[in-house]
Amino acid sequence: MQYTDQGKKDTRSGYGAAMTELGRSHPNVVALCADLVGSLKIETFIEENPKRFFQTGIAEANMMGLAAGLTIGGKIPFASTFANFATGRVYDQIRQSIAYSGKNVKICASHAGLTLGEDGATHQILEDIGMMKMLPGMTVINPCDFNQTKAATLAIADYEGPVYLRFGRPKVANFTPVDQKFEIGKAVLLQEGTDVTIIATGHLVWPALIAADNLKEKGISAEVLNIHTIKPLDEEAVLKSVKKTGCVVTAEEHNFMGGLGESIARTLAIQHPTPQEFVATQDTFGESGTAEELMDKYGLNNKAIEDAVVRVKNRK
Amino acid sequence: MAELDTLQDIVTQTRRDIVRMVHNVNSGHPGGSLGCTEFVVALYNEVMDLKEGFDMDGNGEDLFFLSNGHISPVWYSVLARKGYFPVKELNTFRALNSRLQGHPTTHEGLPGIRVASGSLGQGMSVAIGAALAKKLNEDDHLVYSLHGDGELQEGQNWEAIMYAAGNKVDNIISTIDRNGQQIDGPTEDVLPLGNLKVKFEAFGWDVLEVQDGNNLEAVIKGLNEAKSRTGKGKPVCIILDTVMGHGVDFMMHTHAWHGKAPNDEQLADALSQNAETLGDY
Repeated sequence: MQYTDQGKKDTRSGYGAAMTELGRSHPNVVALCADLVGSLKIETFIEENPKRFFQTGIAEANMMGLAAGLTIGGKIPFASTFANFATGRVYDQIRQSIAYSGKNVKICASHAGLTLGEDGATHQILEDIGMMKMLPGMTVINPCDFNQTKAATLAIADYEGPVYLRFGRPKVANFTPVDQKFEIGKAVLLQEGTDVTIIATGHLVWPALIAADNLKEKGISAEVLNIHTIKPLDEEAVLKSVKKTGCVVTAEEHNFMGGLGESIARTLAIQHPTPQEFVATQDTFGESGTAEELMDKYGLNNKAIEDAVVRVKNRK
Repeated sequence: MAELDTLQDIVTQTRRDIVRMVHNVNSGHPGGSLGCTEFVVALYNEVMDLKEGFDMDGNGEDLFFLSNGHISPVWYSVLARKGYFPVKELNTFRALNSRLQGHPTTHEGLPGIRVASGSLGQGMSVAIGAALAKKLNEDDHLVYSLHGDGELQEGQNWEAIMYAAGNKVDNIISTIDRNGQQIDGPTEDVLPLGNLKVKFEAFGWDVLEVQDGNNLEAVIKGLNEAKSRTGKGKPVCIILDTVMGHGVDFMMHTHAWHGKAPNDEQLADALSQNAETLGDY
């Protein structure tokens, strides 16, 4: 494989590291958190910028409203908590005070998906991408590793408009180049291939690369596309690849309903109908377990991607 | 201070605007709008320190947030007559392709509006956020917000109330329109709010009550008193006793006109009780 794991790190630490940098470089960036500072890794930002940090307590609705208000006066608020509490719990606050009002708020959501682990389904949201992408004007980003999460966090500070940035809890392979430029809305072609396109986001990107490696041994040439920005979707990159390979597997740590796969399916249905298989949770809640156990049980790993590739190739 | 008569003329004309706007589209919320007319007119024409023109950030001026967005008619009228947009545009209220949406929004770019409101309970959080931005910007202007009393049944308010006191956000004046009515009936029948003064004080706010919220002098006096209490470590709350539907006798003391438009005859009756002062739109 042309990518190497530079050492496992959690994506949330990528967020925290970028917040430290933004604290120093962007005087208008402010941070909010609802009693989960340690989990969001923003201790250094708070230490260095105490006046630019707002601890809201366990009150996410108020946090979203405060963030919307802080934009009035030119602040760039990064409102952070677990993905579950950053979306479903406060959907209407985001909808009215942030999205409809066009506020420059960055909703930064950690512990998304099954990999939150042992806390179980009450905290493991698998519907957040769907909720957020449904909001007109909302940009939805789900980076794949520490480096990309850090780069994405820095990039959204310079983008004007509401953003949902989704990342996670566990330590995962950190393989994207440390100096990779993060372009919102631009897919990253990780590996070229000719037989199938694997389109992955978030924690499924590294397993997609492993799957591509394993498939190579079986004589299948897989192209791997990393979609970090689910909305707006890089349709051009998707179409270019799929027109070449003729079939696609999408992979994400999210319900198949409302996720990346559905966005891809819509694009293809309209512009280039193509066989597609979905590696995603199947309209289910999660449960307690380790991150790895859960990803295996719910079919979100390289093996599931490889199986899906075989299925989709047979449908060509 | 502007002459009281001049302000009273704006109040009367605003009442005409409200009933005419709502009648025109047979839709909208006249009751709460009429009850808050003195308050909104006083804010914009006497109390707030405002810049010329409008920009979203509002640095260097006082800000106002209407949380109970359904009383948009009173706000639109006051904004238009203050010069934020053409008075003639009031004629487009709630109509297709209008900037004057049923509930206020920034989406159509109407000058004077800084956040969408209408889904209740969100405005105080936004206002506090704007007050925090003013503190960061070392801007010593104030943030005002208005809330329905029934709206306080939304839990987010109490998150915001707790936050503002706990963090000494003392550059905000939040006013509660205590008209005692909501869509389904009297607030104390629907879900009792109890003693709001005691509740706000228990959360750490400085609270003052204005007994006659439909008396212009009393409202201005109350607002000035509230202003004098800012900057002292506590957020300030005004509990404003108003009469829903004030100024139109058949709309007063009832929730019936919360969200109902007058018919032609009722409009004529309402207008006869509020003689034209500044000229209809």
